[in-house]
Amino acid sequence: MASVGGAVVAAGAGAVGVTPHVLAVDDSSVDRAVIAAILRSSRFRVTAVESGKRALELLGKEPNVSMIITDYWMPEMTGYELLKKVKESSNLKQIPVVIMSSENVPTRISRCLEEGAEDFLVKPVRASDVSRVFSRVLR
Amino acid sequence: LVLQGYLDEQFNQLEELQDDSSPNFVEEVVALFFKDSPRLLTNIELALEKYPQDFYRLDSLAHQFKGSGSSIGALRIKNECSIFKTHCNGRNLEGCRRSLQKMKREHANLKQKLETYFQLLRQVGPQECAVNSWK
Repeated sequence: MASVGGAVVAAGAGAVGVTPHVLAVDDSSVDRAVIAAILRSSRFRVTAVESGKRALELLGKEPNVSMIITDYWMPEMTGYELLKKVKESSNLKQIPVVIMSSENVPTRISRCLEEGAEDFLVKPVRASDVSRVFSRVLR
Repeated sequence: LVLQGYLDEQFNQLEELQDDSSPNFVEEVVALFFKDSPRLLTNIELALEKYPQDFYRLDSLAHQFKGSGSSIGALRIKNECSIFKTHCNGRNLEGCRRSLQKMKREHANLKQKLETYFQLLRQVGPQECAVNSWK
């Protein structure tokens, strides 16, 4: 796993620009490593960052993010707050966002879906979950 | 046999993610967990010692530790965290204290077991190691 400026970058197969680029956001270093590996195994190009703030910084510079997958509970900015900011931005609102959480709370799930999340995955996330959601969303 | 009862299926999921481009992926992720987890345990301990106790914060800290442990398949740690969270909900300080001691013991035991497991893997190779013996 290569580490670039605090972000974990893992390249999937295929040329840059052809392979979908997924931005993974999670304050847990363990979960970042796991989700990056799952995405890499599904042949995505991955950048993993530790916060919503870093995610927004990167989204401001990197124009070709195909999807965002973010943890719900993070300090300073939750995944829900990140989702709202993405959906409120004219530049970013078209990017699909998937939320992850270790808690299966129906009201939380509804709130995220109503705010525009594509899906809500309960942790620990499996490769089959990613494959199912991403193939549907990125079709 | 080394890991029997200590890990759940999530550990197997991690092993399935290991490949030629990341041949030490599982050990790396486990190392990340044991690098981060002492801080989480210390935070819980410090929060328990504060008066008055903030059970909401204690629950949140246990949630973090539980999530991290779940990601590597740390079954006993995950279960003990659930017990701790139940004590938080019941504002049971003594229950939290007992549970924290168990969490620390399970954490230390798992670390030792995994160190032995990875040592064995290096000696005999993954094909020879009974990967599913942790079930």
